[in-house]
Amino acid sequence: MISIRNVSKWFGEFQALKKCSAEVHKGEVVVICGPSGSGKSTLIKCVNGLESFQEGEIWVDGISVADRKTDLPKLRSRVGMVFQHFELFPHLSILDNITLAQCRVLGRSKKQAVEKAVQLLELVGLAEQKPKFPAQLSGGQQQRVAIARALAMDPIAMLFDEPTSALDPEMINEVLDVMVELAQSGMTMLVVTHEMGFAKRVANRIIFMDRGEVVEDRPKQTFFENPETNRARQFLSKILTH
Amino acid sequence: MWLLDSTNHQSLITNHISLAAFDFSVFLRPSPESALNNLSYLLVGLGWSLLLALGSWVVAFVVGSVVGVMRTLPGRILPSIGACYVELFRNVPLLVQLFVWFFVVPDITPILGDWFKQQVPPIWQEFIAGTACLGLFTAARIAEQVRSGIGSLGTGQLGAGLALGLRRRQVYLLVLLPVAYRILIPTLTSEFLNLIKNTAVASTIGYLELAQRSASMAETTARVYEAFTAATLLYAALNLLVMFLARALERFTALPGFLGGDK
Ligand SMILES: Nc1ncnc2c1ncn2[C@@H]1O[C@H](COP(=O)(O)OP(=O)(O)OP(=O)(O)O)[C@@H](O)[C@H]1O
Ligand SMILES: [Mg+2]
Repeated sequence: MISIRNVSKWFGEFQALKKCSAEVHKGEVVVICGPSGSGKSTLIKCVNGLESFQEGEIWVDGISVADRKTDLPKLRSRVGMVFQHFELFPHLSILDNITLAQCRVLGRSKKQAVEKAVQLLELVGLAEQKPKFPAQLSGGQQQRVAIARALAMDPIAMLFDEPTSALDPEMINEVLDVMVELAQSGMTMLVVTHEMGFAKRVANRIIFMDRGEVVEDRPKQTFFENPETNRARQFLSKILTH
Repeated sequence: MWLLDSTNHQSLITNHISLAAFDFSVFLRPSPESALNNLSYLLVGLGWSLLLALGSWVVAFVVGSVVGVMRTLPGRILPSIGACYVELFRNVPLLVQLFVWFFVVPDITPILGDWFKQQVPPIWQEFIAGTACLGLFTAARIAEQVRSGIGSLGTGQLGAGLALGLRRRQVYLLVLLPVAYRILIPTLTSEFLNLIKNTAVASTIGYLELAQRSASMAETTARVYEAFTAATLLYAALNLLVMFLARALERFTALPGFLGGDK
């Protein structure tokens, strides 16, 4: 489904990604972790073309992201993305946040879009919030709306970039629960997170990144029980102790 | 001595300009434009000032938004063009720009320039030159504000819009600009107030707006205090009105739970 092959990226002189490769098969959940600045966000943004890269290839459902002929907006509309800071549109109601792209990108009628939105708001437990505005919701609620907004496009895969790291601790679980449910429903997911509880529950594989490199890419059991590299071991001991 | 009315000896003695020193009847006397009294003469001037401000505002808002957006686009060329525009129009003195639009541009523009000089009535020539000058000058300032407004939304909102499959143009029109304009209402208001003030430069090319008319009234009636006090009050009233309308607009567009909207 998602195939990342030898991707390198530079910001000016600085090389943010060094020959990164990874695969996410249909229905798989792959978690990316690693220290701050290791290139996780950069890599995941390359997958839907929000960042460009200079070398290598990324294929999503058989379509090359870097190919100039690719209709990137169309490809992006088929890949959902959830951000650390939610990024709901502040001037639109919760309902309009979820219907905007359905109408403007997929060409759905207002009625169809609203139906879809209501159905997804129920799924994330926020049906009563639809007339409110983003700033009237808690962080956890906003992030669940953001997930609903991405799902409304009927994506073939979902990308998450640290979806819980801007949340107060008491709100983390309400978001993770939605993500677990999504994973269990068979959604293909690529998730940057440090929530190792989530990884242990639903991930198929864990990718560990450090300084722009994919250092480990292994099934979760072997990753947690016996990391291959020192760097991964140190990282795990740091985040699992608290 | 024109400062003090000879009938008001008291103010002469105290050497104060009291309200009694003002001769309000001057406003009812014929103005330099003999069909009107002085009050109407000034009010018409206020109208011309306002018309110039509104015309310039339309130009400034449209051009400023386009240039401001250009400065936020990826790539080299469009942002550089935007930056050059801003530097050029912001840094050349307003008066010089006005003279260029009024005296130079019609002379160096083939066909259109001749039509402008021969067919357009003088007052509209002055209006058009004034609108071009004030509009494009203010556009440079608005461009900077639009750019920073969009910048304050960060790359996150753009990314979120693009990630949903919206095209860049759609993200700007549906998300970035509507939010940025809301944030910018107070600064755009003060920009419009500045613009009203700047309309007075058009008097230098003979445009009979409020400042120019108060000056000619002062000259013909020898009533300097009355003339300029009236002009001051009229400008102040217009500013108050603008501020009131801007507040109303701000309240009307405020978002619940955001930027001073109610929870
Ligand atoms: N637009 C940019 N211009 C220059 N350098 C950048 C840019 N974006 C990221 N970088 C650099 O690239 C490196 C990788 O950044 P990235 O955001 O991908 O890290 P990350 O693993 O997501 O970190 P975090 O856990 O803090 O989110 C960092 O060193 C960062 O400073
Ligand atoms: Mg990151």
